[in-house]
Amino acid sequence: MIRGRVWKFGDDVDTDVIIPAKYLRSVDKSVWPKHVLEGLDPSFSSKVKPGDIIVAGKNFGCGSSREQAVLAIKWAGISAVVAESFARIFFRNGINNGLPLIECRGISEVVNEGDIIEIDLEKGVVHTKHGVLKTAPLPPFLQDILKIGGLVEYYKKKVSINLG
Amino acid sequence: MGMTIAEKILARASGKSKVEPGEYVIGKIDLAMVHDLTGPLTLNVLKEVGYDRPWDREKIVIILDHQVPANSTVTASLHQQLREYSNKYGIKFHDVGRQGVCHQILAENYVKPGMLVVGADSHTCTLGALGAFATGIGSTEMASVFLTGELWFRVPETIRFELKGKLKQGVSAKDIILYIIGKMGVDGALYCATEFTGDGVERLSVDSRLTICNMAIEMGGKTGIVNPDAKTLEYTKYTESREILRSDSDAVYRSTIEVNLEDLVPQVALPHSVDNVKPVSEVEGLEADQVFIGSCTNGRLEDLEAAAKILHGRKVKDGTRLIVIPASPSVYIEAERRGYIKTFIEAGGVVCNPNCGPCLGGHMGILADGEVCVSTSNRNFIGRMGSPKSKVYLVSPETAAATAVEGKLTDPLKYLRGRE
Repeated sequence: MIRGRVWKFGDDVDTDVIIPAKYLRSVDKSVWPKHVLEGLDPSFSSKVKPGDIIVAGKNFGCGSSREQAVLAIKWAGISAVVAESFARIFFRNGINNGLPLIECRGISEVVNEGDIIEIDLEKGVVHTKHGVLKTAPLPPFLQDILKIGGLVEYYKKKVSINLG
Repeated sequence: MGMTIAEKILARASGKSKVEPGEYVIGKIDLAMVHDLTGPLTLNVLKEVGYDRPWDREKIVIILDHQVPANSTVTASLHQQLREYSNKYGIKFHDVGRQGVCHQILAENYVKPGMLVVGADSHTCTLGALGAFATGIGSTEMASVFLTGELWFRVPETIRFELKGKLKQGVSAKDIILYIIGKMGVDGALYCATEFTGDGVERLSVDSRLTICNMAIEMGGKTGIVNPDAKTLEYTKYTESREILRSDSDAVYRSTIEVNLEDLVPQVALPHSVDNVKPVSEVEGLEADQVFIGSCTNGRLEDLEAAAKILHGRKVKDGTRLIVIPASPSVYIEAERRGYIKTFIEAGGVVCNPNCGPCLGGHMGILADGEVCVSTSNRNFIGRMGSPKSKVYLVSPETAAATAVEGKLTDPLKYLRGRE
């Protein structure tokens, strides 16, 4: 179960506002979360607390394939993103990096900024102040990758089995 | 019931005789590409996994294109990391001198019809113009491709765009795709393959088809794709014995959308969304601080030719800066041979070496607060080309060139009369 305070964003939040290209060259892990979503809210990184949840409209993460967009959100402490829909590459990057991304129709209408919501990944539901919403199911092999913490952990296990 | 070309390629790559939309398959990858912004992350993942030997060095290409030659010590060390990995395993590496916009380098040298291509860059969909299934992926899953040569795919539904008729003078491929995105919205093709068919596509050059497929991602598409024809086979120098895949006449599409090219006029996408599209005539007169002609969308020979036709014997307006960037060394050489490069420089523009340039705000023409760039690239998001207070307008090379001459957004038609 994931429980946290909601930060709300609109439709079509693109990867250039999540993390502008000028920061991509950095390999220092602390740089990206410091600038997360600064294209839409320059003070966001100073307000967000570990465990918080982003709720957004449709097509979240559209634009480039930059995985730094997922990492900026994850390393800022965000525990999950719930959106009406996700852009395809961002969605794959989220799962592969162990950041829960939940597609949930109607979420942006019933949830307000500051609300506390609860996500049950196994049951595929989101509990809100105004009732329970169903989420789009994730195929089992993707749930496994998410559970193990992402693709790197998955391969570490695989390599250690193969080499061990 | 038949299959679309996208379904056929995914079926063949996953060893199946038939696949259906919604099905998950594991596909064998024919070609994998990373560049200088996404490749280092892939290498970091391999380091973390503790095993970095590629599954097949012949099927991986590493290309410097985002910030090249290096513009800082940080970039230089990222380039160094990619160079060392390529040397270690004998991987094809496009270093300084052979660098260029990755999708153009792949189109010219590596992609063949029917291939399953993945690139750690969202505009990898460009290469579907050559009859391949080509799509962008992230750096971490690219590490998994490097190790295994395989990747999971959800078979997408296909939306068909049937292009009919002939374009008017001054209107080109960029106007077609901007018009389509304006109608579809930025998520209108989310998760879908977008296939371009019809006599309108058959008439288009391969350069133009690459421009159209390049922007499939801007409406959420997983790939853009064109069924291969004689032009494709010539462009890709296709000599393989593998069956050439094309959509069946009874393939099933999510929808078919007809676009009449005869009626199309020059289009512009206004800030800060690619679907905010209007005819240029409605926005004419907007002042431009900078004009950029280049990128994976419009940095090919045909694009430079269209711009040079307008700029030949004319001058860039005082107060406006023109930046032209050929997408690859071979485009650059041919543009030079034909005199286009001289035309641009004589007009008062600057020509930079092949690379992504200012498109994503990384290099060579970054915008300051309040500045406006009229650009042939593919994204106009907030802060895309530099300052979050700058603005990017997306247009065709013809419109960009006319805008450079006038210093304000201009319909190119009046500059083309009598020049064909």
